[in-house]
Amino acid sequence: MASLKDLRNRIASVKATQKITKAMQMVAAAKLRRAQEAAEAARPYSERMDAVLANIAQAVSGNEAPTLMTGTGKDDVHLLVVATADRGLCGGFNSQIVRLVREHVRKLLAEGKTVKILTVGRKGYDMLRRDYAGMIVDRVELKEVKQIGFANADEIAKKVIALFEAGQFDVCTLFYSQFKSVISQVPTAQPLIPAATGDVEEGSNAIYDYEPSAEEILGDLVPRNIAVQIFKALLENVAGEMGAKMTAMDNATRNAGEMIDKLTITYNRQRQAQITKELIEIISGAEAL
Amino acid sequence: MAESFKFELVSPERLLISEEVEQVIIPGAEGEMTVMASHAPVMTTIKPGVVTVKPASGSEQRYVVFGGFADVVPQGCTLLAESAVPVGEFDRAELEKRIEAARRDAESTENDEARSRAELYLNKLTTLEGAILPA
Repeated sequence: MASLKDLRNRIASVKATQKITKAMQMVAAAKLRRAQEAAEAARPYSERMDAVLANIAQAVSGNEAPTLMTGTGKDDVHLLVVATADRGLCGGFNSQIVRLVREHVRKLLAEGKTVKILTVGRKGYDMLRRDYAGMIVDRVELKEVKQIGFANADEIAKKVIALFEAGQFDVCTLFYSQFKSVISQVPTAQPLIPAATGDVEEGSNAIYDYEPSAEEILGDLVPRNIAVQIFKALLENVAGEMGAKMTAMDNATRNAGEMIDKLTITYNRQRQAQITKELIEIISGAEAL
Repeated sequence: MAESFKFELVSPERLLISEEVEQVIIPGAEGEMTVMASHAPVMTTIKPGVVTVKPASGSEQRYVVFGGFADVVPQGCTLLAESAVPVGEFDRAELEKRIEAARRDAESTENDEARSRAELYLNKLTTLEGAILPA
């Protein structure tokens, strides 16, 4: 049985932990709001981009389209771009993404394909390094970045495109966590190369003038679209991470509260027991006289 | 009073303008062009430069853009800029950083095509530097 002093120390330490988790939860809540705003602000651009891309892809016939969009025609080597958070303490957020990646890798390996991995974010790298160290071709850390800007995404996109142009892979898939709500983030695999083009809106088939040529515009647009997709994924990831962290920290705070309650009851009970014991000793001592 | 049309300037980070305008001057890849209402559908890449927007009401606004696309239809015009900043808030250091990076790119690339592309880009950036210097 722990002594009264031990119990007191224990309660104090749990209280300190609770304070920390509470603070982390509030920080995550504030950051979540900002991240959500950023994700929302980025939406118009990617929507318009999709529309323009779908439109122009229709104008350029199959053979002239850049290979970045149509792929190499093979699917032997797969590049998986895995976007995770840089920090832990956010519940199952990172492991959810990594689990999806693992399933994917196993499936691809079973089919006899070659797999390469590019990780974005420290946690994904740490987790995947254990099993697939040989497959990781490159990694990007965004720990120093406070607010993710388009430039960060562009840098990653450039790496991917450089690898593609060097013939290092045929198919590229992006893994990230889609932000559904504060309590729900869905890990998602999204094809990057070949690009998945949306449907063209009916009635938008006006005859366009292209300056310079449609092919050249498309050649410029497709790499940028990859950057935009990555940017969107990164922003959703940040929002998701903060949402998951908020929930996790809320749970931790509540757990700590419960623990404190339990410990306090034990402490009170023990103290009472000791007082009773002392009283009995005094009384029986007095009676013996 | 000229006819107005809908103009949108979007950068990946945010939507900068979405309003009725009279005319917009876009630094197209093949030369500047002025877009007014009922323009024929054009899609063009843009080079680094200054976009001048004349809203239906209010005074002229100028934005520095670094590459992107313009999608012009008779009903409106959408400009997808890689990065867009109002001329007043433009940071000279940022431009110098880009010029420096472009210069390094131009020097480091091995293949000729990439080098000429990088040099072209560098050229455009230096022109832009000249264009906004007096502003």
